[in-house]
Amino acid sequence: MAGSIAKLDDVSVRFGQRVVLQNCSLEVPEGAITCIIGLSGAGKSTILRLLDGLLRPDTGHVYLRDNDICHMRESQLIEMRTKIGFAFQFAALFDSMTVGDNISLPLREHTTLSEKEIRDIVMHTLESVGLSHTYDNMPSELSGGMLKRAGFARAVVTNPELVLYDEPTTGVDPIVTHLLTDTIKRLRKQLNATAVVISHDLQSIYMMADYVAMLFEGAIIANGTVEEVRKSNNPIVQQFLQGSEVGPIPL
Amino acid sequence: MAQVLREVEDSAAAQAVERVSVGVLASVGRKVSDMLEYAGGLTMLMWETVKTIFRLRIRFAETLNQCYLLGYQSLIIVLLTSLFTGMVFSLESAVQAVQYGFGSFVGGIVSYTVVRELGPMLSAVVVAGRACAAIAAELGSMEVTEQIEALKSLGLAPVRFLVVPRLLALMIMLPLLTVFADVIGVYGGQWIAHVQAHIGTEDFMASARQTVGFEDVVKGLFKALVFAIVIVMIGSYQGLTTKGGAAGVGKSATTAVVTCIILIFILNFVMSYFLYAGA
Repeated sequence: MAGSIAKLDDVSVRFGQRVVLQNCSLEVPEGAITCIIGLSGAGKSTILRLLDGLLRPDTGHVYLRDNDICHMRESQLIEMRTKIGFAFQFAALFDSMTVGDNISLPLREHTTLSEKEIRDIVMHTLESVGLSHTYDNMPSELSGGMLKRAGFARAVVTNPELVLYDEPTTGVDPIVTHLLTDTIKRLRKQLNATAVVISHDLQSIYMMADYVAMLFEGAIIANGTVEEVRKSNNPIVQQFLQGSEVGPIPL
Repeated sequence: MAQVLREVEDSAAAQAVERVSVGVLASVGRKVSDMLEYAGGLTMLMWETVKTIFRLRIRFAETLNQCYLLGYQSLIIVLLTSLFTGMVFSLESAVQAVQYGFGSFVGGIVSYTVVRELGPMLSAVVVAGRACAAIAAELGSMEVTEQIEALKSLGLAPVRFLVVPRLLALMIMLPLLTVFADVIGVYGGQWIAHVQAHIGTEDFMASARQTVGFEDVVKGLFKALVFAIVIVMIGSYQGLTTKGGAAGVGKSATTAVVTCIILIFILNFVMSYFLYAGA
């Protein structure tokens, strides 16, 4: 496994009485696509929020390039987040702005580039996700798949070191799923960045993942290359990968 | 046997009373805890907002846009409310004042009340109904659709991006709206005093000028400034803490408006007490 860019170290998170993560540890290999799989509500999105500093763990540590982000002040977190892209499950584009303005926003706020330079970068980024014609559209005018790709464009427009994708293929048809998966792979290569993808879609995971980690009952129970995880002896992993109702996973 | 039964009944009754008492105490405790959490959260939000303003990290274009949305778009409703309030106040007082020989005081009474109390408070209540609900609903909707998290993930502070422009806009616009409300309220009162009680315009205005000083106008505008802060901070806090989808957004907007209007009435009394009672 390559050196890690980010790491969860013995992290626990509770929401009220509900334990979401319990002594969870995970290393994210640099320059690769790591997919996190697991049951719905297992805490996969919580891991992404921890990695982006949007959530602080109750116990344990979260490291980005050896910096413990749990003890950073909000101003330090804001600085750190400029190095991380986050593509939300439903894109979370600002609905009062055009697609172009949505994607321009981080460049306008964090760089001293001219408006022309920003427009060129945004157009280039939109082209790379196949949406160059949507610059002046409002988010409400886009389809689900287009929204997700616009969300990808906003996440990668600042050339981040780490891109987090929260269920990028949920709720779209198989053709768009293929397109989105392909886009994630292509963006990773173009940016030479690391990607962490939360997904339930095994086909797209097999297509894009270099590493897979499975989360179950608040802890990582399998972690390795796609082949290693597919060949895992763990009956929980096997039941999940086969989509079987029969097995140790309580339904 | 009967004594045993009585003892059992007494014991059950005592347990029931204890359960009810504990339940009431727990409920009161939860309410107090919720109130403290609300006050603490609101204070933190205000502190963040003040820090952002003093660092001069202000988005001027968005502030101007909010001046239009929160202020200018409330103008008609504020003018109408103030006009009819001034008119009805004059209607109730002018005829009777003339009957008792106090006609020359009507201008003073109407303008005194409008400038010191009704203008700032009614404008604030009307703007609270419109702007506070709009702020809570917009920010609440952004919260439940992950747009607030998206802002943070882009390295942008929601307070700077969303709260500060709204606060500055309303701190400019509500005092301005109050000036318009004062003027239209006084003129509405004057018109009704003329039509219903035949009080001359000159007499009405002379009385108004004699009674209301520049200091009264300034104090009224100070009230408007405080109300503007209350409206934006309550709306923003309620919006940013929204949970639970569309129903949560609706609940946030309603709670924001109710809390805001109650606070406006309470603060109006407190400010009137300190600004005018000693005078």
